[in-house]
Amino acid sequence: MSASLAAPAPGGFGRITLRLVLIGAVLLLALLPVLNRLPMDSALHVSDFIVSITGKWITYAVLALAIDLAWGYAGILSLGHGAFFALGGYAIGMHLMRLIGPRGVYGHPTLPDFMVFLGYQELPWYWLGFDHFPFAVFMAMAVPGSLALVVGFLAFRSRITGVYLSIITQALTYALMLAFFRNDMGFGGNNGFTDFKELLGMPLNTSSARSTLFYASLILLLGALWLCTIVTRSKLGRVLVAIRDAESRVRFLGYNVTNHKLFVFVLSAMIAGLAGALYVPQVGIINPGEFSPGNSIEAVIWVAVGGRGSLVGALLGAFSVNALKTWLTTVAPDLWLFALGGLFVAVTLFLPRGLIGLFSKAPK
Amino acid sequence: MKRSLLGFLLVLLLALPASAQDHLATALTGLGDGFGQTAEAVERLGALGDPRAIPLLRALQDGTLRRTPAGTVLLPDDTDAMTGAKADAAGAEGVRINNRVRQVLRGALGRLQLVSPDAVERLAAAEAVFRTPGLENVPLLQAALARETVPRIRAQLELALAASQLRADDPAGKRDAIARLGTAATTEARALLIEARIVNPELATAINVSIAAIEQRLQLRRIAETLFQGLSLGSVLLLAALGLAVTFGVMGVINMAHGEFVMLGAYATFMVQELCRGIPWLAPWALPLAVPAAFLLTAAAGALLERGLIRHLYGRPLETLLMTFGVGMILQQAVRLAFGAQNREVISPAWMQGTLLLPGGIAVTQNRLWIIVFGIAVLLVVVAAIRFTRFGLEMRAVVQNRRIAATMGIRTGRVDAMTFAFGSGLAGLAGVALSQIDNVSPNLGTGYIIDSFMVVVFGGVGSLAGTLVGALTLGVVNKMLEPYAGAVLAKVFVLVAIMLFIQRRPRGLFALKGRAAES
Amino acid sequence: MSATTPLLTRRLALAGLGAALAAPAFRPSFAQAAPIKIGVLHSLSGTMAISETALRDTVLMMVEWANSRGGVLGRRLEAVVVDPASNWPLFAEKARELLQVHKVDVTFGCWTSVSRKSVLPVFEELNGLLFYPVQYEGEEESKNIFYTGAAPNQQAIPAVEYLMSEDGGAARRIALLGTDYVYPRTTNRILRGFLNSKGITNADIMEEYTPFGHSDWQGIVARVKRFAGEGKKTAIVSTINGDANVPFYRELGNQGIKAEDIPCVAFSVGEEELAGIDTKPLVGHLAAWNYFMSSPGAANTEFKQLWQAYIKNPKRVTNDPMEATYTGFRMWMQAAAKAGTTAVDAVTPALIGQKLMAPCGYEEEMLPNHHLSKPVLIGEVEANGQFNIVWKTPNAVKAENWSPFIPENANRRR
Repeated sequence: MSASLAAPAPGGFGRITLRLVLIGAVLLLALLPVLNRLPMDSALHVSDFIVSITGKWITYAVLALAIDLAWGYAGILSLGHGAFFALGGYAIGMHLMRLIGPRGVYGHPTLPDFMVFLGYQELPWYWLGFDHFPFAVFMAMAVPGSLALVVGFLAFRSRITGVYLSIITQALTYALMLAFFRNDMGFGGNNGFTDFKELLGMPLNTSSARSTLFYASLILLLGALWLCTIVTRSKLGRVLVAIRDAESRVRFLGYNVTNHKLFVFVLSAMIAGLAGALYVPQVGIINPGEFSPGNSIEAVIWVAVGGRGSLVGALLGAFSVNALKTWLTTVAPDLWLFALGGLFVAVTLFLPRGLIGLFSKAPK
Repeated sequence: MKRSLLGFLLVLLLALPASAQDHLATALTGLGDGFGQTAEAVERLGALGDPRAIPLLRALQDGTLRRTPAGTVLLPDDTDAMTGAKADAAGAEGVRINNRVRQVLRGALGRLQLVSPDAVERLAAAEAVFRTPGLENVPLLQAALARETVPRIRAQLELALAASQLRADDPAGKRDAIARLGTAATTEARALLIEARIVNPELATAINVSIAAIEQRLQLRRIAETLFQGLSLGSVLLLAALGLAVTFGVMGVINMAHGEFVMLGAYATFMVQELCRGIPWLAPWALPLAVPAAFLLTAAAGALLERGLIRHLYGRPLETLLMTFGVGMILQQAVRLAFGAQNREVISPAWMQGTLLLPGGIAVTQNRLWIIVFGIAVLLVVVAAIRFTRFGLEMRAVVQNRRIAATMGIRTGRVDAMTFAFGSGLAGLAGVALSQIDNVSPNLGTGYIIDSFMVVVFGGVGSLAGTLVGALTLGVVNKMLEPYAGAVLAKVFVLVAIMLFIQRRPRGLFALKGRAAES
Repeated sequence: MSATTPLLTRRLALAGLGAALAAPAFRPSFAQAAPIKIGVLHSLSGTMAISETALRDTVLMMVEWANSRGGVLGRRLEAVVVDPASNWPLFAEKARELLQVHKVDVTFGCWTSVSRKSVLPVFEELNGLLFYPVQYEGEEESKNIFYTGAAPNQQAIPAVEYLMSEDGGAARRIALLGTDYVYPRTTNRILRGFLNSKGITNADIMEEYTPFGHSDWQGIVARVKRFAGEGKKTAIVSTINGDANVPFYRELGNQGIKAEDIPCVAFSVGEEELAGIDTKPLVGHLAAWNYFMSSPGAANTEFKQLWQAYIKNPKRVTNDPMEATYTGFRMWMQAAAKAGTTAVDAVTPALIGQKLMAPCGYEEEMLPNHHLSKPVLIGEVEANGQFNIVWKTPNAVKAENWSPFIPENANRRR
């Protein structure tokens, strides 16, 4: 790969200004659920719709952050990050299904509805433990993390890089999608999991549950941002950037490239898994469609639009592309794909450093 | 031919005694009252052996037979089916048929046409009688056999006779029939034997011997057919992947809109078909004409994409990937708005429909056979284009060393555009083939893109031989796993296997050696 | 977000501006009251666009039709079209947007069961009203959803009964082929229970599932042929969905499976799907629906004319889910008129017991279980892509959304 990218630190716009804008944006976000509590006729009232959709976008932003960490800083373009996101979602979805308990349609004390009508006699072994929330959260990180560990170990060890890695990871998420579509897998097939009732004792279809999940997502976002900043600013982060720009040279200098890449890939997958875990209770459904390769590519494009190699850029990209999509699918239901497709083309052609590049001087 | 047959029938008709008219009238009662009654009437007509029934039954089969409120049955030319005289067609309604009637009809027509002067009709008749066995067929078939000279029809007649004899009370005849069916090696013969085993427990041993003989031959045939299915899937993958092998393998460009180019090729086929539809002499040639049309259309689209967008991103394959994904979205929605979201109907020409019986009784579907042939032909053209043409030479030169090629006077930009256009054109050709087996819808390409990438990566980027071997291997392995694992798991296994394989050999089956491999 | 300007296409412009453009000669005057908003929640892109765009058009047609006849309660109707893009979480998001941002009075939408399951909690939480127009697997009931497609007892079971009858070919061996999702799985489970109750053992039942959009049917069709070669009259029951049907029928035709030998009855193949296939090799294969374009009667003639005039194509076909959308829309209009308001809590009880002479030629009634009584029609494919109706129920059949053939329904929580 000969692409030379901007250094992560934005120049002219100033790190201080950027930080102020970021703090402002976070405060504004944090205010949304409060404004939601205002009376309906108040000018500042924010509808439930805005709160729930913003909560969803925050989890997307975390996913974008995870992708940027791997792609922007270590040059690992995974087209399968949607799979890690979805696996995290499935982990928490299994917990939510277990919490329905006898309130399901068929009133079975342990089995979810879909298992009842598919004729399951007892819970499959891999469902055990998911009735405990901490275990589900642990699995939301552990499953994507272990998958990333195995795939990453095999790939990085045999020095699969660039587009080859992209194609492999794309096939990975595609294979997972096909597998999860199968009803025999015990994950609800095409319908996946729906009709969730409650989480940690709070009914999910209330404003307060939405606010709680919103704040949880915001905290995750800040935590992930903090973690990614620490990683990228550390010596490790500098080595990663060096690997991105000249892998062989770093190898010859005596660094263990495989382990560096593996670390960042697994970390990124775990962050993506947590994002998925917060996404599912907010949208109320998880199904194999989340594994579709198109979803993963779209998430990568959020990062490209925002500006790869800049953590703030990833956030900006996730929010702006999704806001645009939500708006366009309503005002231009027939034409929104043109606008979105055109945006992807334009950004890669004219804004190689993404939207964030507009605010900072080019290096050199 | 039809006219001569009618003449032949007329002669027969005149020779008939007058009393036969009454039989026909009795046989016709109930025709058109309900499906059950119609079926019974057809049954009676078939048993009558009266050739006047043939045009009547044919018309019934085609849905052109009508009945007046008075009960007169009318042929398509408004003549009374019984008397042959012109009749008043006022208020006549079509006699409707369903599967039950169609089944009886086939047997009745078969029995009546066993003595037809046309060999094709006789063969069809023998097959029809075979499928509707019955005691009453035995004398008919014996008479037909005595006259028949064409070996293929004789064989079919003997099978039909055996099938009917199974129902007879003659034990010797039955044993004979069982032995003869045992040589047939078709699932139909086996089905007849299994049915007979239930009714004739005393013959079970003989029947089991025959069934075992059939099973053995069917087993071999099944293996051959699975192999064919695998090759067929492989050739589809090959066609879909060839274009990628050029754009990705030679130029290093990841074109995520490749699937959409395939889709454009299929729509080009549809458009050519619609253009040809109005011109009767041209209509059968629509598909061959679609081949160059689809190639040119998608090649032009490819050239446009390369010159307009991709060339600005050379050396940045990942950005190209993302950008072409956006292009794919646009193309898909554009086609959806232009042609509608519904599937478009692409008709297969007659020579691509139905089944072809290879020696050994291996049945292969014509459309898939042609696609295999087409896939190989396209591969040969690609090899020839790269090996023997000036364009191919320049292309190879640019791939090996762009700067030196440029100093030698090769216009590298033009070669890039042409290479990409060539690869896109190949995608269009895949679209022509896919229009014969899959939906022609805006989503057509999405289902093939990942598989094509896997083929190219598995086979070895930049190697056409690798693409060929990769595609065929994947197709055959997939089809061999399918009966055991099911369609989905077979595919998942294959994908996982490729992923593991690539860990072992990151450059695929046919890896390029030397400096080019390290870029 | 509130700037809704659905003026982007000609068709939307027609809908958005309503009667003013649609019927310039006869322009009903509307009171100054705010328009009634009709949500349209059908995928216009992605894999389901192939089926759902026609339903979007049907709803827009009905909005135009209603406005040309003076609207509802003297108020003009206005469609709000969104594109959930065949993405199930997006369905939930768009449902919430329709209800909370656009404050629609009623929504027509969804095709797949998973999209309906995705929006169901939203409609229940926000007390919306959804009309779901597609035949489905049953096993569901929501106070906020009206199901205008068939329940399994209105489609699957009568069709199999027909196959087993003398007229249908007296099949004694059944191959159940389906796409691997909940509708085929549930339907086949119900059918298996039904077949067992009719004395057909599991040895005579073959069941096979394929992924969405499956395109290579060689192996499966060959296996069905083998299955049929075991000595009893065999029939195929297909719950194959959408895109996979064209390659399936092509393979069926090419491998020479004739309807006289192995008839195939489908529950998801209608006139729209056949429009993409050369039907000549398929003559005699069957479909079971509650409406065919060839259904006789004045109501159907009117419906077909309305559609072909609206879509400006005299060859466009109608199909069952379109008829279900039409019937649902008209019943909602009747109920709103009866209730005197469009408020969900008033319209819902008013809907129960609504009757309509539907295009299928039967009077349909909205039952207390939010499903319709519907006739069952069985048609054979004709060479021109239409269906020849070979069997029909004498009366409309009441929907049983909870199947008696699923044993767990005995201890279902009510």
